[in-house]
Formats: sequence, C-alpha cells, structure tokens
Amino acid sequence: MSEWLENHLPKIVLAPSFIGVLVFVYGFIAWTAWVSLTRSKLLPRYEIKGFVQYEKLFDSPRWDTAMNNLFIFGTLFIVIAMVLGLLLAIMLDQKIRTEGVIRTIYLYPMALSMIVTGTAWKWILNPGLGIEATVRGWGYENFSFDWVVNPDYAIYTIVLAAVWQSSGFVMALFLAGLRSVDGEIIKAAQVDGIPTWRIYSAIIIPSMAPIFLSAFIVLAHLAIKIFDLVIALTGGGPGYATDLPATYMYAMAFSRGDIGQAASSAMIMMLVVFTIVVPYLYSELRSKNDG
Amino acid sequence: MMADLSLNQSASEANFGKIALRWLLYALLGLFALYYLLPLFVMVTTSLKSLEEIRTGSLVTLPREVTFDAWKTAWSGACTGIQCEGLRPYFWNSVLLAVPAVFLSTLIGALNGYVVAQWKFKGANLIFSLMLFGCFIPFQVVLLPMARMLGLMGIAGTIPGLIFVHVIYGIGFTTLFFRNYYVTIPSELVKAAKVDGANFFRIFWSIFLPLSLPIIVVTVIWQFTQIWNDFLFGVSFSQAGTQPITVALNNIVNSTTGVKEYNVDMAAAIIAALPTLFVYVVAGKYFIRGLTAGSVKG
Repeated sequence: MSEWLENHLPKIVLAPSFIGVLVFVYGFIAWTAWVSLTRSKLLPRYEIKGFVQYEKLFDSPRWDTAMNNLFIFGTLFIVIAMVLGLLLAIMLDQKIRTEGVIRTIYLYPMALSMIVTGTAWKWILNPGLGIEATVRGWGYENFSFDWVVNPDYAIYTIVLAAVWQSSGFVMALFLAGLRSVDGEIIKAAQVDGIPTWRIYSAIIIPSMAPIFLSAFIVLAHLAIKIFDLVIALTGGGPGYATDLPATYMYAMAFSRGDIGQAASSAMIMMLVVFTIVVPYLYSELRSKNDG
Repeated sequence: MMADLSLNQSASEANFGKIALRWLLYALLGLFALYYLLPLFVMVTTSLKSLEEIRTGSLVTLPREVTFDAWKTAWSGACTGIQCEGLRPYFWNSVLLAVPAVFLSTLIGALNGYVVAQWKFKGANLIFSLMLFGCFIPFQVVLLPMARMLGLMGIAGTIPGLIFVHVIYGIGFTTLFFRNYYVTIPSELVKAAKVDGANFFRIFWSIFLPLSLPIIVVTVIWQFTQIWNDFLFGVSFSQAGTQPITVALNNIVNSTTGVKEYNVDMAAAIIAALPTLFVYVVAGKYFIRGLTAGSVKG
C-alpha cells in the first residue's frame, strides 16, 4: 500500500490542480459557451436556442463601438509600445553610466495597478485643472486638450496611459534580447568598420525575432483584456465612446442583467485571444518538447 | 593630455561628433525619464496641496504650503459611496486577501512544478500544457460561472471567496515559474536521492526547496503584484465591506457626493500603489525576472 502510494504520489499531488483547471477553466468555458447559445437574461437558462445572442451582439451599436475601439486601441498601443520600447532599449544599450537608475524609472509604472494609472492620468488630462488649464495659465489662452471628455478622442487617452504603463516593460524585454546577441559577431562587425546603426538594423534586430513575437503576444493579450484602465480613466465614456469588449461584457453581466449577452461577448473575446495566442503557444510547446 | 594634443584635426572632429551624439543620447534618455516620472510627481504634489491651491495653481508647481490633510482623509475619512471610512479597511482587506492567496498559490505552484519537471509520468506534459493554456484565457469567460459557483460554495462576496479565485487562476503561472526553474536541475539528483532511500516529499523538502529561493522570490513578487493590483475579480466577487483596495480607490475617485477632492484622490491612489511600488524598489531585479519569465523563451 505504501509503495503504491509512493509510486503514485506525483499524480496525487498534481491531481487537485488538474481537476481545478479542468473544472474552473475548461468546464467554465464550456458553461459560458453553452449559456451564450440560450436566451438567458437575469438568470441562466439552459435550453439551446442557437446563435440568437451572437446575432443580437453583432447588431448592437454599442458592441460595434467596442470592437472598433479594440481595433484602434490595440493597434496603436502595440505599435507605439513596441517602437518606443525598442528605441529606449537601443539607447540604454550604449553603455549608459546611469543605466540602472534609468531602467528603474522607465519600468516602475508596471508595478502600479491600472486603477492607479487611470486615476493619475484622469487628473492630469482633465481639462478644467490639468494640462489644458496649466498650458493656458502659461499664456496660451487658446490651447485646447480635452481628449479625455471628447467622444472622438477619448480612446487615444487610453492609448496614452496604457503606453505609459507598459512601454518600460517592452524596453526591458528588448534590452534582455539585445544583451543576448552574440558579442563576437558585433565585435567583428565593429572591427570591419560597419556603422552602429547598420549593426543594429542588419545584425542585432533580425536576430531578435522571437522577442518581437513575445512582446507582441504579451501586448496583444494586455490589449484584449484591458478593463480596469478604462474603468478608472473614462468609465467607458463619454457615453459609450471608450467601451471595449471587456467593459461591455462587465456591463451586461453585472449592471444590465443580460447573462446571454455577457456570455456571448466573453466568447468572442476568447476567440480573439486564442487566434493570437494558440499558434504561439503551440510552437512554444513543440520547440520545448523537441529541445 | 599629451595624447589629446597630438590628435590630428579630423580625429578631433569625429570626437566632437561623438561627444555631441552622447549628449543627445543622455538628453533623450532624460526626457523620457521625465515622461515616466511626471505623473508620479503630479500625484505626489497634488496630494500635498490644499483644494484651494489646486484650484488656483498649476498642475506642475510645487505646493506652496505642504499639508497632509488629504492623506489623512484618504486613509480614514474619504467616502466610497455611502460609507466614509477612507481606504484603511480596504487596505487591510487587500492584505488579508493577498497574503494567503500568494502563499497558497506559490506552494501549490512549487509542488506542481516539481512534479512536472522531475517526476514526469505519462500525461504530465499534457496536464502542464492544459494549465499553461489557462493562463491565457480572458477572465471574462469564467466570471459568470464563477459567480454562481462561489454562491453554491457559500463564499460569495467574502474574502475567502476571492482568495479561492486568485489561487485557482494563479496556479497556471506559478506552476510555469517553478517548472521552468526545476527543469534546469539535473534529474540525476532525484535518482541518486531515491537510491539513498529518500522519498518524494523528502527530496522536495531537503533538496529542491533549499535551491528554490530565487524562484520563490520571483513567484511571490509576481503573485503579490497581480493580486494586489487586481480589479476585475475584486469588483465582480466582493460586496460592500469586503472590497479590495483597488475597488475602493475607484469608488472614492468616482464618488459623486460632495466636492471633488483631487488631493484626496491622489493621496488614495498613492496609498493603493505603495505596497507594490515598495516591492518594486526593494526587489526590482526579481520583479523584472517575473515579468520576463513568462514571455521570453528559455
């Protein structure tokens, strides 16, 4: 008996987590998928009615806004954070004497809650007393910067705050990548008199392709899940101007009492995440098992 | 000095260009440092001003008269809706939530990682892959059933309920951290210990755990930051009185009753950020390792 126990101990130790993941991840996804096919409102109902919720979702102007916003926000956020992160990493890679301090400064926003970030930027961007009022106070009376309360521009303030929060992290990723490039090759190139920018563009950056992919995956994942920053910075407003899929889902689930819509919007979010993450995870796991 | 004098003209020009470039580089780096620091600076100075000074002054000036009233109000008097007890009770909620959740998820992750890395059995890799996959789901997809499940378990709206949720959805990452750490330890070690008669837990306790300090630090920091900063689970699964600090902060800032006290908002935001900022300043190296561990191949 005790030998049997000893032999099966690894399985027994892993079992609770395995069951937990099966139930609370996969079982729950199945539950949500099921409910998204019903006419559930305030309470879940379990008779399948086909894709009515999805039809309603795609007919909803508010969901349309949310998906458009996700596209605008996601694209700008990923591109700007990557470009800025790479730029900062390359600048920091030039044997900067105060590198440690600068790196600490660039990265600290990542330690903050998005609610804190949103609160801070909401204050800075508010037209009455923030940047707009300050610049006007300097004598530029016509200066206008009311993006955070302007339905056409509010989504860009979320990009601004999200980039502020995450670009230091991208910098750290890229910096680690730059440092991992074989020093011998770089030295050889320097001896041959190849200019620094050519060394970066032709040798170092191409060899960092996997890190670009990682950074992209992490940022895309952040973009799709972004919720707290929107809540703290704009509350999804003005109106629904900065609604994103995550805030739409939350509103349907907890304030509108429309479980069917909440479930179907959550399923769409998962679909978006998986189309990006699954190919990546698949190649990761395969290359790890090979190695 | 002598060497400098003997340089010819073109070399000194090239040198000048190099120095100018260097200055430009430092200037740019400094500008970006300002960009990252400015919001923190504005938060701190705003929190130390009186409302009167905020209304008449400018965003970027230092306070004429430093006052800690806003901090006092934020800590023990600010209103989150109808209650006006400040952040203090919610700060302790977050502590009561984070400490057990971090401990449990780290312990479970260590044991899981130990099994997946060193005691492989048929299907262990599949289980690991399934767990890893769970790290990437948008949590929206589990919010509704989890709300019902917590109700069925009788822990809806309680701190133990939130601990449960954070442990469940944290073990994917903690297992990943420990697994990636333990695969670098040669499997001969386990074999030799087995020959010497040590069993599963003995080997874990006496050999692996003492080697694990760095990864424990990374995991604890990662989990603590995640749980302390979480908002989605907190706002979905808590009720008045059990809310974590991020939810309370958001309620204070968006509370519509009375005059808008920006200085209190900023003080409250800093209070909510202090624990994770402290961890970052003290153990930044491990913080960064945690951030990059999941995303950099290795």
